[in-house]
Amino acid sequence: MKKIKLKTAKSGSQLVLETLKDLGVDIIFGYPGGAMLPLYDAIHGFEGIQHILARHEQGAVHEAEGYAKSSGKVGVVVVTSGPGATNTVTGIADAYLDSVPLLVFTGQVGRASIGKDAFQEADTVGITAPITKYSYQIRDTADIPRIVTEAYYLAHTGRPGPVEIDLPKDVSTIEVTEINDPKINLPNYHATEHADKNQLSKLLTQLSVSKKPLVIAGGGINYAEATEELRAFIDKYRIPVVSTLLGLGTVPIENPLQLGMGGMHGSYASNMALVEADYIINFGSRFDDRLVSNPTRFAENAVVAHIDIDPAELGKIVKTQIPIVSDLKEALQILVSADRVATDFDEWTAHVLENKHRAPFSYGKVNDFIRPQQAIEWIGQYTDGDAIIVTDVGQHQMWAAQYYPYKNPRQLITSGGMGTMGFGVPAAIGAKLAHPEKNVILFVGDGGFQMTNQELALLNGYHIPIKVVLVNNHSLGMVRQWQESFYDERRSQSVFDAEPNFQLLAEAYGIKHLKLEDPTTLSEELKVLSEDVPMLIEINISQAEQVLPMVPAGAHNDEILGVYFTDGTDAITGASEEVNHA
Amino acid sequence: MRRMIIARLHNVTGILNRFTAVLNRRQVNIISISAGVTENQELTHTTFVVEVDSLGEIEQIIKQLNRLIDVIEVADITDLPHVAREVVLIKVSAPPERRAEIFTMIDPFRVNVVDVNRENVTIQLTGDSDKIDALIDILIPYGIIRMARTGSAGFERG
Ligand SMILES: Cc1ncc(C[n+]2csc(CCOP(=O)(O)OP(=O)(O)O)c2C)c(N)n1
Repeated sequence: MKKIKLKTAKSGSQLVLETLKDLGVDIIFGYPGGAMLPLYDAIHGFEGIQHILARHEQGAVHEAEGYAKSSGKVGVVVVTSGPGATNTVTGIADAYLDSVPLLVFTGQVGRASIGKDAFQEADTVGITAPITKYSYQIRDTADIPRIVTEAYYLAHTGRPGPVEIDLPKDVSTIEVTEINDPKINLPNYHATEHADKNQLSKLLTQLSVSKKPLVIAGGGINYAEATEELRAFIDKYRIPVVSTLLGLGTVPIENPLQLGMGGMHGSYASNMALVEADYIINFGSRFDDRLVSNPTRFAENAVVAHIDIDPAELGKIVKTQIPIVSDLKEALQILVSADRVATDFDEWTAHVLENKHRAPFSYGKVNDFIRPQQAIEWIGQYTDGDAIIVTDVGQHQMWAAQYYPYKNPRQLITSGGMGTMGFGVPAAIGAKLAHPEKNVILFVGDGGFQMTNQELALLNGYHIPIKVVLVNNHSLGMVRQWQESFYDERRSQSVFDAEPNFQLLAEAYGIKHLKLEDPTTLSEELKVLSEDVPMLIEINISQAEQVLPMVPAGAHNDEILGVYFTDGTDAITGASEEVNHA
Repeated sequence: MRRMIIARLHNVTGILNRFTAVLNRRQVNIISISAGVTENQELTHTTFVVEVDSLGEIEQIIKQLNRLIDVIEVADITDLPHVAREVVLIKVSAPPERRAEIFTMIDPFRVNVVDVNRENVTIQLTGDSDKIDALIDILIPYGIIRMARTGSAGFERG
């Protein structure tokens, strides 16, 4: 192996930091501990990389995720061995399922102690291997520049994902005067996949013979930076679009062809279109079961084209007649610039758009409680649909997906694949650090808030003026809703009888706070959002509130409950009045 | 259905673990594994015989295996012309009065006798898995004391 002489001797820790800096990393999220003391010592006084001190390692990972998801850059995390490393597992798994580029450094005990149950030792590589794109353990200080460079490259190219680097304490301490060739050496890894032109022309030929085409816009559009191309494609052929949760914003909600989110809590128009379409073109969605609750009956009468950078996604869930492995941006560029094939979708488009207007997301107004949907609509207006919206997981997440008028890619930062409660507070912090110029609004439930609210300590400390909108239904709303719908209303362990005073909690962290309970003054009170300070806005809502409509798990997409039509026709299904107007 | 999968892997720590983890997650039963270094010292050749429900399933699994960074090549060679061999060692009870009979029975298999003592013999057979199964069937009535199979090793012909 080629060796490179260094001008001065460097420690492993210095090599880590310098390599990261050379790669363009300027912020890391972390939490120190014994095995990472050498690295933290090197961070002290190191110029060019800011370190954000989380309050829990799970927080550090979600912060890095919020940063990465909203910017497309690699989020970098540094934690110690053993308990520090195991605390990152939830965040790493979350990043894996949502294809978030992360680099997670975990400390490790010295090489001589590995495998001997040393103090604060955990088999981190073993634990994280199934939830990372790759995991390394560095055994030789001279390998640090190559491994860090390779890991960074793996994290953000191809299908992005988390990469773990386990760093034994002695490896980070040792000083070396020469390093191994830092060139990336990954002969079998193909970061860019070029579309097969034949398959792309098949996609267009199928378009010319179909009458009812539909585009699914998935999160992959964001990662491929292919928003413009997607919009151009849709406009060129005037094809209606169903967004996945992670694809929201890639086609603006106000675009007439955008039918809104599809799937379990998706729109009536989207779900009906998924069933009626004779041709489905999936750009960068993995046919998650929240979109396709019943794969055996999904797209029964449709030809399916699926474009994804990861070959393993094609045909995984839904039978695909036109599979295309490709970078989405490149594929869409080719599709947009190809000669226009003759099409006639007018009747179909008129039909699906009528559905959109017949059954928009809707909710009744009540006098005694604030309706969360309404609060989100107002927030949408006050922020001109341009804020970065971060959510935690639960009912509020679905309302935020349904009622905020997204218009930009990477605008909704949410835990889609894992559905990780506790994601919200830290992810919002990361998103704001990536976009200081943007309004960042977090919607969080009272349940998930209590999982990571210790990260609020960062808001003042680092001047991070996010708005935390705590949607308080005094319960684990989404769980409660399932119990109400499918378990005979037995609300087992889903209602909080005693809750902390969240206002005092905000006070303890020294941030502005207010509690809103009155629907008649809500609109006025929400204007505080424009203040550029960190803030907790607690909104009290009814404990009986439900997210509707709903396609029950395992049902077909048109077996959708709780739809209300604006023209007064009956709901197509039997969801009761009481349930709908909780 | 049984499928024979071969894979060339980077010979790095943990790779077999990662590889079998993919099978494990999909609840695929591994019937046999063999692994060993190749003509290139940095590579390991592995042969897996697995039980799956459908061709679609094995296709999907191969795509997921191919996604692993240290996997160089994975292929299902079941339906291709291929060569595959397995080695078995069987220690069978062989008291003097039955010994001749045993040897007559196994003679057509062209086994090698690799160890002998007063009470038993240890025989070795190389062949495809069917042949080995057949030999085992014949020896069971005599009392198999110990047996070790290597699992198939194979690759495509030509
Ligand atoms: C870490 C974790 N534990 C449990 C769950 C299961 N779960 C999904 S939604 C939910 C309720 C969330 O309640 P809350 O945070 O109050 O939000 P709400 O649904 O009321 O808006 C739970 C417990 C989860 N998604 N994540």
